[in-house]
Amino acid sequence: MTEQIPALRLEGIVKTFPGVRALDGVSFSVLPGEVHALMGENGAGKSTLMKVLGGIYQPDDGRIIVNKMPAVMTSPLEAKAKGIVFIHQELSLAEELSVAENIYLGELPRKRFGLVDWTKLEAQTNEILARLKVGFDAKTRVGDLSIANQQMVEIARALTVDSKAVIFDEPTASLTDAEKVVLFDVIADLQKAGVGIIYISHRMEEIFKITDRISVLRDGQYRGTLKTAETNEEEVTQLMIGRKLDLSRNVRHHELGRVALEVRDLSCGELFRDVSFEVRSGEVVGFYGLVGAGRTEIAETLFGLRDPSAGTILLNGEEVRIHSPADAIAKGISLVPEDRKGQGLVLGMNCRDNMTLPQVDDLKAGPFVAEGSEIAIFDQYRDKLDIRTPGWKQIVGNLSGGNQQKIVIGKWLSMHPNVLIVDEPTRGIDVGSKSEIHNLIRDLAAQGYAVIVISSEMPEVLHVSDRIIAMYSGQITRTFTAEEVTEDNLIQAISGIGGSDRAA
Amino acid sequence: MSGSTKQRIGGFLARQGILVAFALFMIGFTLANQRFLDPDNVMGVIRSSAILGVMALGVTFVVISGNLDLSVGSMMSFSTIVVLDLHDKIGPTLAIPAMFAMTLCLGAFIGFLVGYLKLNSLIVTLGMLSAIHGLTLTYSGGQNMDIADKANTWFGVFGQGNIVGIPVPILLFALLAAILGMMLSKTPFGRKVYAVGGNGTAATFSGIRRARVVFSCYLISAFCVATAGLIQASRSLGSQNTVGQGLELEVLAAVILGGASLLGGSGTIFKTVIGVLILGFIQNGLLLVGLQFYVQYVVTWIIIILAVWLDIAAKRGKLWSPIA
Repeated sequence: MTEQIPALRLEGIVKTFPGVRALDGVSFSVLPGEVHALMGENGAGKSTLMKVLGGIYQPDDGRIIVNKMPAVMTSPLEAKAKGIVFIHQELSLAEELSVAENIYLGELPRKRFGLVDWTKLEAQTNEILARLKVGFDAKTRVGDLSIANQQMVEIARALTVDSKAVIFDEPTASLTDAEKVVLFDVIADLQKAGVGIIYISHRMEEIFKITDRISVLRDGQYRGTLKTAETNEEEVTQLMIGRKLDLSRNVRHHELGRVALEVRDLSCGELFRDVSFEVRSGEVVGFYGLVGAGRTEIAETLFGLRDPSAGTILLNGEEVRIHSPADAIAKGISLVPEDRKGQGLVLGMNCRDNMTLPQVDDLKAGPFVAEGSEIAIFDQYRDKLDIRTPGWKQIVGNLSGGNQQKIVIGKWLSMHPNVLIVDEPTRGIDVGSKSEIHNLIRDLAAQGYAVIVISSEMPEVLHVSDRIIAMYSGQITRTFTAEEVTEDNLIQAISGIGGSDRAA
Repeated sequence: MSGSTKQRIGGFLARQGILVAFALFMIGFTLANQRFLDPDNVMGVIRSSAILGVMALGVTFVVISGNLDLSVGSMMSFSTIVVLDLHDKIGPTLAIPAMFAMTLCLGAFIGFLVGYLKLNSLIVTLGMLSAIHGLTLTYSGGQNMDIADKANTWFGVFGQGNIVGIPVPILLFALLAAILGMMLSKTPFGRKVYAVGGNGTAATFSGIRRARVVFSCYLISAFCVATAGLIQASRSLGSQNTVGQGLELEVLAAVILGGASLLGGSGTIFKTVIGVLILGFIQNGLLLVGLQFYVQYVVTWIIIILAVWLDIAAKRGKLWSPIA
């Protein structure tokens, strides 16, 4: 009987932001004791949906129903009170406090005079920890735990409330294989206890191992629910990206030029080790790997934000040392950074000033900035990149993500760099602008730029790259040409599986 | 009053509140005392605001770059005492450049700590406020400093002189405001100051040497302080060790009043000049209506609070909001 009443049901959830329909009528339900996968590309609306569910955003339309009761979530606290618990990818623990304090934060057991009942707190905590079979106790300082164990603390927190549904958001991103086994055991236990589980992950292997059903979002829309036992990776992927997985590999029509950038045995402390690769002009080299694999750190080192501990960098065959971004820019290396708003743009400045910022010293008429030349540069790249803005006076913070990204790209193109590094080119950008930016990157290569693209999105890497460098835990595991790469061997290379392929 | 009218008025007050408040003050003072708008009084207010104003010009650079400078008051005392002392020892022609050099050294030191070592500017300049005060007292031995032969020096020209009928302090203030205004709004350096204050990380990612920009802002601030010290010393030809005490807050009040955000990235020299004048006229008005001068301290504080509140209100377009 209980199988028929969903633990959690979403009905026609709509959420719009200025210019974006982030969620467009999403409906699905999670049964008690079911592990329900939620899948979709980045930007498909998963995280928005979770924020609606967690009371951080209010939906514009639609209903959330917990155990037959319509529920309005106005705050994360209320979501928790209604039995919706989140295990976040990014942990939200107070590192200086003990495990027990973290688990019961905000609802510590009290004695008289409002004092904390430490004995009871410890006993309760250890009881929960025993269920999780972990190797630490209630008094351990959370900051001293590994990331995996910190995640266990988050899970323990979920167990303290009478949860109806537990949402795991990319829980295995930072876990070792052994730790994953423990996590899956815990999920199985929750399942037996009749809790509904939403499991968000990109990893097909896990999805097919532990889930019962799979719901797919694409472009903010619900695309259907499949029974895991009756489907396969291909069908799920097709639902996710809306077409057959042809990957539309890029086909290059131009010859490659000479080696623009060569990196030999570059290391930076523990962040990455013995990294060697080269990029020719006219070539797009994609870097693919999990978060923390060292991709961004390599870019930051090339751009002078980090000092390498060993190795050499050669630009057009000449060895260079790069100590600051100003150095890198002077030598023709440009970086479109990962965090557009935090690192790429001065949001309060206008479009023109942002675009010409790196070369403002060179655009002079006497002692003053030559505003005419600046406007000419802005106009040129606005047209070239199709930046949609009322004019150069527009404050950059008011533009859409896609147009902001084009301003950052235009900023560097107007300086004609030798090497252009693009870190997460389409993060947080709507689907339409995404393909524009992809085409733009291909065009740049055709014009003879040497381009490095760093991305967490596999379709993106596959789509834009001539070669793909796979990284795992600070090392390059394999380099693929566009012809030989497949989704499978790429996933293996970034998961540290397939050691036989590992390059020296 | 309908909700939307109320909202519109609230929004208008949030954006233009300072000017509205200033207009109300001016009307009130004029009604209370006929002399308030007398040309002599107006010129007097501007002249007495010049020292504060010159200092505020430099602090505007520091604030736009996203930092604070609370040391300008005691640094001004230092400049004044040093130039007066050196006047008798090496003569005014050498004393003035020597004093500028020493003040710029102090500015460079602060700029080094805040720019290159990336220490918090509030802590550094608060510490320097006290340290420079100590330095001044050590230098003077705690004595007041006076020029021995006040009748026979041309040194008084900076504080007491007139050129074509306009007091020299006002001319210096205007000249510096024009030069620094151009520098901030028209030169590559000015652009970088806004970028560093608006988003220091993005500025670094654009190849701007942030430390160098911050360092330069403190040098500019020190240069302005030295000029203010010169005017102060020249006006009275003698001084106490504490002549600049408390000015740091008035300077900051004028800069904020002009609309520069304490978070950095916004503000202009023109607006700071307006802020200086507002502060000057309000303080003058308070005296004219017969209040004691120490009432100024309270009123200045109220004005700062008002300005900060309206700064935040202008950003969210409402006078009050339950979330930040």
